[in-house]
Amino acid sequence: MMTTDYFLLCLGMGLVTYVPRWAPLVALSQRSLPRWLEEWLDLIPAAILSALILPALVTAGEPRQLSLWNNDLLVAGPVFLFALRTRSLGGTVVVGMALYWLAGNVLG
Amino acid sequence: MPTGNSSILKDGLRAAWPICLGYVPIGLAFGVLAQKAGLSPLAVGVMSALVFAGSAQFIAVAMLGAGAGIASIIATTFAVNLRHLLMSSALSVYLRGIRKRWLTLFAYGVTDESFALNLVRFREGNWDWKRALTVNHVTNAVWVASTVAGALGGALIPAHAFGIDYALMGMFLCLLVYQLRGRIYVLTALVAGAAAVGISLTVPGNSYIVAASVIAATAGLFIRRRWPSR
Repeated sequence: MMTTDYFLLCLGMGLVTYVPRWAPLVALSQRSLPRWLEEWLDLIPAAILSALILPALVTAGEPRQLSLWNNDLLVAGPVFLFALRTRSLGGTVVVGMALYWLAGNVLG
Repeated sequence: MPTGNSSILKDGLRAAWPICLGYVPIGLAFGVLAQKAGLSPLAVGVMSALVFAGSAQFIAVAMLGAGAGIASIIATTFAVNLRHLLMSSALSVYLRGIRKRWLTLFAYGVTDESFALNLVRFREGNWDWKRALTVNHVTNAVWVASTVAGALGGALIPAHAFGIDYALMGMFLCLLVYQLRGRIYVLTALVAGAAAVGISLTVPGNSYIVAASVIAATAGLFIRRRWPSR
């Protein structure tokens, strides 16, 4: 299926996705920002990463419910410690995959 | 930092591999799902290339399957992807003085993954917009290719092999560790995580990402201003 309607749908989806990606880059990179805004933006990455990670680890289902016993969460502890100790991105990815694979095979 | 094109490409590829690894299983899964919903491999490729946003694409295919209208799918996509506004804002600090046309090309590849990776590299130094742009576009190419491959014959590929489903989570965990450079960052992350869990349990959709991040960064800024020693 590749109708005009479908193409317009993709175009529309692309546009509404692109504009929020583009506007701040062009608007904010061409001027110097007030100090408070720079400090605020400096805290954004830690906040976003945590907001992306934690619900993925401790909630499941639709509608979402708290789920404190699952392989994703179980593996996250040792993987986090490994990252803290080694600070190696590649190593953390590989160790995470290995532990997750192991957990899947051992615990099901 | 070397400026030759080959060293830029090499550095970009070396940085991008965890994202690529993580995109393959998700892209394949998306392709399989889209094909089951009646989309051709070409249609899948067109969506991946024009939108380049994993979760929004999954939601769009589910909505198409449920017979939703174009306008409501586009509105949902907008809501789901609004979080990139925050990411591009944070990245803009490191993209001062770059020409608009390069920024226009760069913006296309801002995803959760490329944002987190590039931001860490920028902060560490030894990173520039060309290398970041390479990461954005290499990961985009892998995304488009994996989704099309999934639509072509993804059902033949064994799912969940070698724990590959955990590749992106592993990467995010390590990138979070890089962000925890002091008490204020740890505190901000804790507030964001708690708020995100709380909101995600009560509000459907993924607005919890933006809401929790804004709450946490604002709280963090307030605390930093109040007790500057932190």
